[in-house]
Amino acid sequence: MSTPVKKERSALVEGMVDALPFILIVVPFALLFGVAATEAGLSLVETMSMTVLVIAGAAQFTALALMEEQAPTLIVVFTALAVNLRMVLYSASIAPHLGKAKLWQRAVVAYFLVDQSYAMSQIRFDKQPQEPLARKLAYFAGLMIPVAPLWYAGTYVGAVVGEAIPPEFALDFAVPITFLSMVAPMLRSLPHLVAAFVSVAGTLALIWVPYSMGLLIAAVFAMGAGAMTELWMDRRKGAAA
Amino acid sequence: MSTYETIWTVIILMGIGTFLIRFSFLGLAGGQTFPEWVLRLLRYVPVAVMPGLVAPLVLWPSATGGEPDIARLGAAAATLLIGAATRNMLGSILGGMAALYILLWLT
Repeated sequence: MSTPVKKERSALVEGMVDALPFILIVVPFALLFGVAATEAGLSLVETMSMTVLVIAGAAQFTALALMEEQAPTLIVVFTALAVNLRMVLYSASIAPHLGKAKLWQRAVVAYFLVDQSYAMSQIRFDKQPQEPLARKLAYFAGLMIPVAPLWYAGTYVGAVVGEAIPPEFALDFAVPITFLSMVAPMLRSLPHLVAAFVSVAGTLALIWVPYSMGLLIAAVFAMGAGAMTELWMDRRKGAAA
Repeated sequence: MSTYETIWTVIILMGIGTFLIRFSFLGLAGGQTFPEWVLRLLRYVPVAVMPGLVAPLVLWPSATGGEPDIARLGAAAATLLIGAATRNMLGSILGGMAALYILLWLT
């Protein structure tokens, strides 16, 4: 009896240990979101509600940026959700491992399925696909124990501190800089570079389209351009081999 | 938010939508998957949305009333270069903010 429980506890601890390096990313990112949300005019309650309900930094920054441009509500929601669409892939690739869990457990996992918990659990589940479900769930829970509370707390501190920071610090530019820091590491492959270029050129060319819809139109073309470049490179590699 | 009246609508719809996205395949609990071409397109969603989103904010910052600004352009370039070279998100944010303060002080 005691052995499986012990193993689950050790999986939980392993998850917590594996998630420790993420503290260095999550805390500053959360602080920055708190500050940026305050700069954008959100109240403390609004900022915290968004951070707890959505728990997805890139989408939250997207919403802030579009609200600052006074984009219509549906466009803000739609674009922010488009940024989160990648998580369909996370859900799809984690489902074979956790799909047999109880419904409420799967719902909890879904809520906490962020970039960091996905990346770490995917690595572990690929390495040990035969691990029992209970231990996989324990590992996933362990990953979120350091990450989620620090995300909430960091946002709170950022929002409270942000109100006290004077405009000379030019924190208006914290949002663009945060975005660029997320985009930059993606730009190291040709298809991604092509997609980013089409996204920028398309959005700027379509800036006249009402309701900030140019961004979404450009995104559709950018996705196509990236995927087509990838196919073209694969084919060329195939031809060369 | 005083200037954005529908903030609660945004927060609630984003919360529900994001959860449904994450729950999608976990909720089905089966072995369903997308065709390959859909997966390929989905991989490019972040890089297709974020650069377009950030470009106008960099070129026409609201803090300067929409006028292009050397300090902010330079800070953006520094962030991109550091981020692409090191893949270090935190480092590129700090580098970008440092570049911004130095350029604001110089100009």
